[in-house]
Amino acid sequence: MKILVTAKRVEDPESKIKVKPDGSDIVKEGLKYKINPFDEIGVEEALRLVAKHGGEVVVVSIGGKEVQEQLRHALAMGATRAVWVNHTGTLDQMGVAALLQKVADKEKPDLVVLGKQSIDDDQNQVGQYLAEYLGWGQATFASKVESLESEQEKSKSPALHVSADGKSVRVVREVDNGLATIECTLPAVVTTDLRLNLPRYASLPGIMKAKSKPIEELTPQKLGVDVTPKVQVLKMASPPARKAGIKVPDVATLVDKLRNEAKAL
Amino acid sequence: MSIVLIVAEQQPDGHLRKATLNAVGAGKQLADKAGAELHLVLLSKDPSKVTEELKGLGAKVVHTATAPEFEHYLAETYAPAIAELAKSLNASFVGAASTAQGKDLLPRVAARLQAAMATDVMGFGGSGADIVFQRPMWAGNVFAEVKLATPVKVFTLRATEFPAAAGGQGAAEVKTFSPKVEGGKTKFVDFKEVKSARPELTEARVVVSGGRGTKGDFKEIEALADELNAAVGASRAVCDAGWVPNDLQIGQTGKVVAPQLYIAAGISGAIQHLAGMKSSKTIVAINKDPEAPIFQVADYGLVEDLFKVLPALREAVHKAK
Repeated sequence: MKILVTAKRVEDPESKIKVKPDGSDIVKEGLKYKINPFDEIGVEEALRLVAKHGGEVVVVSIGGKEVQEQLRHALAMGATRAVWVNHTGTLDQMGVAALLQKVADKEKPDLVVLGKQSIDDDQNQVGQYLAEYLGWGQATFASKVESLESEQEKSKSPALHVSADGKSVRVVREVDNGLATIECTLPAVVTTDLRLNLPRYASLPGIMKAKSKPIEELTPQKLGVDVTPKVQVLKMASPPARKAGIKVPDVATLVDKLRNEAKAL
Repeated sequence: MSIVLIVAEQQPDGHLRKATLNAVGAGKQLADKAGAELHLVLLSKDPSKVTEELKGLGAKVVHTATAPEFEHYLAETYAPAIAELAKSLNASFVGAASTAQGKDLLPRVAARLQAAMATDVMGFGGSGADIVFQRPMWAGNVFAEVKLATPVKVFTLRATEFPAAAGGQGAAEVKTFSPKVEGGKTKFVDFKEVKSARPELTEARVVVSGGRGTKGDFKEIEALADELNAAVGASRAVCDAGWVPNDLQIGQTGKVVAPQLYIAAGISGAIQHLAGMKSSKTIVAINKDPEAPIFQVADYGLVEDLFKVLPALREAVHKAK
């Protein structure tokens, strides 16, 4: 099967994000960048599916030439080839979904796998928009029943179950109060939740090999997509700071403070 | 008059999801600011259990549609029906609570309406047609003001930021509609519910949460929770390890809670966890490591072994009752 996966470039989740004094953007100096953690889980799942069912994994990223770093990372993990949509301006989820729709039209994958959200804008929308644009079924927040420390996980078997005839995929979804299982006819769009798998590290031979794997360059113009953002961020601000707390020496003081000062008990 | 349409959510047991009440509360705020009428919509196999409740929440109209296909929620069958109604009403705003269903459904509705969307909205600014949406980005480290430059604006609402709409506010007109039922590419297989006798995590007044420091032993967390009639939460690490069910996870990628009292035991306080509980009224941290980042947001911190503190705390609370 052919699987299209995304690799968005985002700020390292461990980095401290600060807002510029004028509220126009975040302070970018000194930040580290990596592949969106949910996308990395998507790449891993695609690799596991292809290891079991055969086929290829095509990774796509949208952005300036720096996103080639994230594409190379996915290629080093084992993706077959990459598509780079070269675009340097601001994008919103409608623009991204429209571009991915065109890439999917070109590539005709059996499955598109994206992260459920990117950890910068936290929108959690692109997969759903894309599924509607393509007229395909969607399975968001794909998870699995076993924990990340289970034997099944160690054996690196895919958590998404493709039917024997290759016509559908069964997905366990993480929802409120439990796990829902649905089955989508292929082609379909799946978005990954955290506990779908533990992504592999790129090996040294993998990194070497990735250097010679092809990256195809496209642009919004070539794909015929108008990416003028409809979601416009007018202003950014830091969240209100919490009042500094205190350390208490023992349980008795804690209970006293909770009761008499915070009135929380 | 423009219309704010809020999508109501029915739980598998037939009851209304509580977050819907907060979404209706938010819908009211928005309708006031935008000079619009508030409408609600419910798709259901059997809406009888909740229509009465929805009628009394202060909306002008409650729209309901029934079809066997609506028994189990699927984005592919729900989205076209909601979009069809929004179009026929010429609604300017379509929203729902930021539940798993809201987040799955609304972007698909938005795509169908060629509408831009904001997720996890915490407040509204501006007025009339120039409404702006306040929402968190970068795991709650940034609050952004966002404009949606499409005629229809779609959003999900962070329930903890809005008051729940109260019942008994007159009777809305109930209108039924019969959308064309689409779909067929996705089918429901099953749902495994995690049942708990404790209060629901996102609605509890008190939450007791455990992290790596529990080493997977949640007995003391649960015992304290029961003493306080609290919900039990967890950090990502303990969910990943399979020590507790995933739906207990609090954080950027799990649930967002804002209880009166949040007790974090053995949780270091990674950015992603703080994103899910920073708005709690009072935060207590119990951790052996005095340098743990959780102490930076805690109102009261206790540097001590949680296995010593939790039983003592439980006893002290019990005695004081």
